Order: sequence, then structure tokens, then C-alpha cells
Amino acid sequence: MLTFNILVMVALAYVVALFAIAFFADRAARRGRTKWLRSPLTYTLSLSVYCTAWTFYGAVGNAARSGLEYLTIYLGPTLVFLGFWVLLRKLVRIGKAERITSIADLISSRYGKSSALAVLVTCLAVSGTTPYIALQLQSVTLSFAAFVPANPDGGTPDVNSTALWVAIGLAIFTILFGTRNLDTNERHHGVVTAIAVEAVVKLIALIAVGIFVVWGVSGGMGGMLDMIEASPVAAWKPDPGRWVGMTFLSAAAVICLPRMFQVMVVENEDERHLTIASWAFPLYLLAISLFVLPIAVVGLAVLPQGANPDLFVLTVPLALDQDLLAMLAFLGGFSAATSMVIVASIAISTMVSNHIVLPFWLHRQGPRATVSGDVRDVMILSRRISIIAILGLGYAYFRITGGTAALASIGLVSFAGVAQIVPALLGAIYWRGATRKGALAGLITGFLVWGYTLFVPAIGLLPDQIMQSGLFGLTVLRPQGLFGLDGLDPLVHSIFWSIATNTIAFVAVSLITFPSPIERLQGAAFVNVFQRGEAGAGYVRGIADTEDLLVMAQRLLGGHEAQTLFQTIAAEQGKSGYLPDPTPEFVAKLERELAGSVGAATAHAMVRQIDGNAAVSVQDLLAVADESAQMLEYSIQLEEKSKEHEQTARKLRDVNEKLTAISVQKDAFLSQVSHELRTPMTSIRSFSEFLMEGDMAPKDRARYSKIIHDESIRLTRLLDDLLDLSFLESGQVVLNQQSVLLSDVIERALSSAGATQGDMTVNRVEAEEAVVLNTDTDRLGQVFINLISNAQKYCDADAPSLTISVSQRPSQVDIDFIDNGSGIPRDQQSIIFEKFARLSDHSSAGSAGLGLAICKEVMARLGGTIDYLPGQGGTAFRVSLSRKHYADAA
Amino acid sequence: MTDDRRAPQQRSEFLEHSVYRRRRLLDAIKLLPFLGAAFFLFPALMMGGGGGSTAIHLVYYFFVWCGLIGLCAVFVRGLDDDSER
Repeated sequence: MLTFNILVMVALAYVVALFAIAFFADRAARRGRTKWLRSPLTYTLSLSVYCTAWTFYGAVGNAARSGLEYLTIYLGPTLVFLGFWVLLRKLVRIGKAERITSIADLISSRYGKSSALAVLVTCLAVSGTTPYIALQLQSVTLSFAAFVPANPDGGTPDVNSTALWVAIGLAIFTILFGTRNLDTNERHHGVVTAIAVEAVVKLIALIAVGIFVVWGVSGGMGGMLDMIEASPVAAWKPDPGRWVGMTFLSAAAVICLPRMFQVMVVENEDERHLTIASWAFPLYLLAISLFVLPIAVVGLAVLPQGANPDLFVLTVPLALDQDLLAMLAFLGGFSAATSMVIVASIAISTMVSNHIVLPFWLHRQGPRATVSGDVRDVMILSRRISIIAILGLGYAYFRITGGTAALASIGLVSFAGVAQIVPALLGAIYWRGATRKGALAGLITGFLVWGYTLFVPAIGLLPDQIMQSGLFGLTVLRPQGLFGLDGLDPLVHSIFWSIATNTIAFVAVSLITFPSPIERLQGAAFVNVFQRGEAGAGYVRGIADTEDLLVMAQRLLGGHEAQTLFQTIAAEQGKSGYLPDPTPEFVAKLERELAGSVGAATAHAMVRQIDGNAAVSVQDLLAVADESAQMLEYSIQLEEKSKEHEQTARKLRDVNEKLTAISVQKDAFLSQVSHELRTPMTSIRSFSEFLMEGDMAPKDRARYSKIIHDESIRLTRLLDDLLDLSFLESGQVVLNQQSVLLSDVIERALSSAGATQGDMTVNRVEAEEAVVLNTDTDRLGQVFINLISNAQKYCDADAPSLTISVSQRPSQVDIDFIDNGSGIPRDQQSIIFEKFARLSDHSSAGSAGLGLAICKEVMARLGGTIDYLPGQGGTAFRVSLSRKHYADAA
Repeated sequence: MTDDRRAPQQRSEFLEHSVYRRRRLLDAIKLLPFLGAAFFLFPALMMGGGGGSTAIHLVYYFFVWCGLIGLCAVFVRGLDDDSER
């Protein structure tokens, strides 16, 4: 016999298994094994997060009360997926092109990156989702309680504490696997895989109960159909209004529900998966709804009058002594509830932190936040707090209204709430004339009408007097009979009025207002997403300082990601190093990348802070291009055509600049070399003349000989450097391959450069340096010594320090040397590796400016690179060795 | 996916056979939801209040549903075959 304790143990074991699945999936994804994790099958199964506990248990309850009406909840999404080519494909494409993080981000991004719209949609999503989360907690609690009366000896566990524990467990899971990555485009492999597994569990559970009732109880298909005809549900008559209304609602919900948007658009890996899901997801829905009516009919027949039909999936097997089946059904319902809560809280927390917390925090920090604060940590913290807050809110809602009939009907109320996004969403992707003000007007109108006619009455907050005789005693304002539209079902009545007024307000205000330039550009980018690969470019004119942008990007995306991005873009522009030209394309691309982690509105605001007055320049741009967006498109086309020319020209210009600089430096160097050679020569000659004269004290003789000796050493060193360089350049070097630990090479270099006893602090992390190198370590050591002694010579900080950090990447290992001095000015960064380069301010140092040139040659021979790394707060060099030259230390 | 714009000098009245088939396949896919909506909403609208056998309704809906899923799967597969060619 099942006891409550066994049930708790099974549920716990199931949760542990889910944690393990998510953990291993995350690990496999990090190792690049994503074939299974990201298949069309996983994608389709993850979409089943649509089927919550409300559909798992509630559909049977619904069928027992209103016959086939439950089908509408599945027919709407079926229609949307069958028509994927028209709508979903476009949504997914836009989601990828614009790096959309949530439905609120999509609406905000399309309508001119508007913060107000983002906040509004977020509020709508929170108010629609909170009761829904409460509903899931209630269903888990009720399903636990269903097992209690069967076992009077099992004690009377407190069901409310069950809900609390479930909420806490879900919060932990979501924080662990849902906030690991900041960039939403770096998808949540663990979560999605766990959701897919849960999808299988709930499907199997419902089908198992269904097979049992059809073949185990009613004796096959024919018997079942007879039983349906004989049962009270046969009295059902379709209500055309409710049928159409609910099909519309469920179709709208599958597009607009935050959790659906998350799995369908944000977590989508490959657009082609949608093609498979177009028929596979309706098939899943068909399978999960296949046995709903039979279970309801058998429940009505075998259970006593007054039994809660919402729990038939559990109570039918229990009443017929099928404990294992009941247990499976319990796990199915548990899966349905938990997967919904997990995905919904990830989606909502992204919205809340991107659109409410972060803008508020940035506003409080002032303009310096973009370059000084550590935004990344703030983001992750705010997502975690949001998750806890959302689940807390859901739990509080459950405690306040739990157990009442109000909660049971909340599923459709939530659907009707998020359906208010539909007009603005459709306008966003099909109608270029839709404006921000129109979207705001439509959403606010729809939200208010929905709240007044459905949400507030549903949770029982409206006094009877208003329900009966309307607001202010005006009967035309009765919440369920607006403007005399009586006799309709309250749900249909509310959908009709809210969507109608919403759409009218949206269209009317859009028609009479004029969109801002950013809105029009975004509008073109969204509506014409299939025509154009790179959208939304060309509207930022202010010349941003690329180094500032890099500093900001590093705070948001992380050091390596930001550096790789900048390096790639620089390479596309035909430049080497980490600092691309601040072209409009580059700034727009960077903004889109940032939008992937903080949302479009915030990313736009942050870039603009650095970039200066982009808004004004957009006005200018459009004034020139006249009002026609077609002209803008034409100019973008032209821009693309001339891109190649521009790139070549830029390359040529760069090379030319470099050549001029080198030639100037070369002249300077020649006189430098002559000077350097001449000075020691002069002293050698004069002092040797003194010596030739003879007749001097032995002390003086020793002193003069010492001077001659020192000067000749200086000469030799200069000549050695020159020889070494020409040797390296001619490629005659024989490399002496050795296997040595990187830490040893650094250690040796530090002591050779005398850094171990100097006044410069050296920061290292020994653990990072446990890499075995297989290269010419003497030559590599020479590079390190050069970099370390440069830091000693040129670091102008009061308390000089040098940080040596090592990081391993898939194809290479990077060794960074970063000091805390004032760095190298932008205009000189490109020439420091040239062999005659020598920064004018530092002529006091006794070198001839060959050190870095030698380093570059050495690294080229070793199959690696050395680069100046900007944006690190001081002078920083990065030495990279490719994978084949080293191996991980065991 | 498909490139609807052709170079002006190669403009022709008629499309290549495979391109033509693909376009018609896409037309079919785009029409599918409307067909589905008609099938799903028709009984409720026509027989509103009139009732009818619940069991027959149930069989009808699942039959139509299966048919639509099958059609969609066939169309989508045709699309894939086409793009491979």
C-alpha cells in the first residue's frame, strides 16, 4: 500500500534524477556534445511546457464538466503550428537576428527600444504568470493530499508546507541551471533537457492511465464509446462563442505566454527544428488529449458523487487499487507542474531583471556605470533574486486564494491576459506603420478591460454591488455586460471587449501618430527580416571610443568573449588587433550582442552613453534621407555594395599610415643607431688615447679600462640584438623543442629579469600555469623576460605591479602580462611591434627599441602570436600559443 | 530560402519545374491552418445548441486532427527533399 512517506521519497528521487539530467546535459554541452541535446525531438518535447498541471489534471476536470470543450485548448496551438511558415518562422528568425531575450524584449525592441513598453509587457507577464504558478503549486499540493485519505495511519501532513518545499526546490533548480549563463543566447541546455524528459514522463503517465481505463475498465474502444454515450458528458452541446473564443485564446497563448516564447524562440537552436515541430508538436498534443474524455467518463462512473473531477487522473487508479499507476500519474502531474514553473520563472526573471532592475540600477549609478561597475555580477544576482521573488509571489498567491474555486479558473484568465499582447505582436512583425504610442495605447486599453471584466472578478476582489449594477452605478459599465452586451459567457465577453478595444486603440493611435526614426528602422528590420541579412545598421553616427566600448563589453560579456568579438570584427574590417574602427555597422553589431544579455532597450541606452547623442544623429540621417524608408533601404544596399571598396580603402589607408610611421621611425632609428654607436665609440677612443699616453695612477688606469670595457659591452649588445633580429627574420633559426611547465618558464624569466627582488609586485595564479609546453622554451623565456623588463622600465605607477594571468581556450593558451601603469596611447599601439619603434617619451631607457620586434619574430617562429591588449587599465600584452604546442598538465 | 529575385537578363515567363513545385508546396503549407480552422470550428458553429453524439464528435475531431498532422508531415518532408536536390 502506498503511504505518504513513500510518495515523498519517490518525488524526491525523481527530483534528484532531474538535477542529475540537467547537470550532465550542461556538462555535455560544455564539452561540445550537443547532437542529442539539440535535436528537433528535444525541441519539440521542450515545447510541451505548454501542457502544465492545469492541462494534465484540469483537462479531465474540464471534460467531466463541459464535455469536449477541453479540446479547444489543444486545437488553437495545433492551428498555430500547422501555420508555422506564416508566423512562427518569422518570429524565430527575428528572435535570432535581433538577439531577442523575451517577449517583452521583442515588443520593446520593435517599437524603438522603448523602456516603457518593456516594463508594461513585463508587468502583464508577471500578473498573468503569478496566479498560474500558484495553480501549479496547488495542483502538486492537491495531488499529494489525494494520497492521504487512503492511508489514515500515515499521519496528516501539512499540505501547505508541501507547496512551500516544492517552491523552494524549484527555486534552487532554476537558479542552478537557469542563471548559469548571462547571455540568453548561450541557451540553457540543462533546463531544456530536463524539460524534455519531463515531457516524456507526463505523456507516458497520461497514456498509461488512458490505456488502463479504456482496455482495463470499459473493455476496449467500442465499450468506451458506448460508455461515453451513456455518461452525463453526452449531454454536452457546443457553445459556438466559447468554442471559437477558447480556440483563439489558446492559439494566442501559445505565441505570447512568456514560457512558450522562451522555449520556442529564445531556446531555438536551428530554424529547421521548427519545420519538424510543425507536425510533431500537434502530434504530441493529440496524444496527450487522446484519453482525457475516457478518463473523465470512467471517473464519473466509478467515483462517488461530488468527487473532485480535477483529480480523476489520480483518484481513478487509486479507487481501482492501481497504486503503481497512481504513482506514475502523480509523477506525470508533478512533471507538468515543475516544468512550467521552471521555464516561466526563467522567462519572467529575464524580463524583470533586464527591463526593470538593470535600468533602475544603471540610472542610480549614473553614466559611469557602463565603464566602471561590474554589470555582469549585478545581472546574475538580479536574475536570481527575481526568480526567488516570482516563486515567492506565486506561493503567497497560493496561500491567499488557495483551495478556492477562483484558482481553478485562473488558467483561462491568464491566457486572456497574455493574449492582449497579440495585436501589438502581429503589428510588430507585419505592419511597418505600427507605432510605439499605438502599441502602448492598445496594451494599456486591453490590459485595463481584461483586468476589469475578467481578472479582478475572477479572483473575487470586485464587490457584488459593482458586479450587479456596474461601476458608479452605471449599468453600461457592468463588468460582465459592458455596453449592454448581455447573455454572453463572461470569458467570451471579456475576450471580445478587451481584444476589440485593444486592437482599435492600437490601430487608431498608430495611424494618427508618427513613429520616431529608431522605430521606423526597427520596424523595417522586423517586417522585412527575410529580405535582409544585416538589419538595423547604419543609424549610429557619433564616434565612440572603441576602447571604452571594449571596456564596457568586457563587463557585460566577459573578458574573452568581448575580446574575441572585437578581434573578429577588426579582422572583418581588415585590421589586426582588438580595436576595430567605430563604424556604424560595428556599433550596431555590438549593440545587438549586448542585447543578447541585457535586452535591446538597455543595450541601446548603454551604448548611447558612450557613443554620445545617437538620437540626434538619427534625426539628421533621416532628414537627409527624406521621409521615405525605401530611400533608406536603397542607401543600405548601396552601402553594402561599397562595403568591399571601403574595406580595401581602409586596408590601404592603414598600410600607408603604417609605412609613413615606419619610415619616420626608420630615419629616427638610423640617427639613433649612429648616435648609440658613436657615443660609446667616442668614449672608447678618448679613454684609450689617455691609456696610450701612459704615465697615470693604477687606480685611474683601472677606471678608464672599466669604462672602455662597459662601453664595448653596450656596443656588443646592440649589435647582438640587430644580429638576432636579422637572424630571426631570415628564418635560419633552429628551434630547440623541450617539454617544460609554463610556470617554470615564467619563474625563470622573472628571476632573469630581476623582478623577484625589485620593488614591483608580481601577481600570479600558480594553478593556472600548470600547462606543459612543448616548444623552444628558451626563446619563449626570452619573450617573457622582455615583457617583464619592459614593465619594470616603463610602468609609471607609484606602486608598480605586474599581473601574469594564464587562460586556456579551446585552440590556444593565452598568457597575459598586465601592469598598472598608464598604458600605451592609442595612436602608438599599432607601431610598437615594428622594429624601429620606440616611444618618444621613454628615450631615457638604454635600449634601441628592438625588444618587442624580436618578441614578435620569436612568437611567429614558435607558431604563436603576441599582441597589445587594450582596455585593461594599463599596458597589457597577450602571448598566445596554439594548442599543438602544449598539453594540459596531468 | 528561395531567391525570388532573378537577374533581369535571365528573366523568363516560367519557372523551373522544381522551383514551381516548391512554391506550390509552400502555398499548401500556408493554407493548412485555414483548412484546420474550418474543420475544427465548423461543427461547433453549425450545430451550436443542436447537440449530436459526443462520441461521434470525439471520433470526428481526432480523425481530422490526425489527417492535418499527416498532411503537414508530408508537405514538410517534400520541402526537405526539394532543398536537398
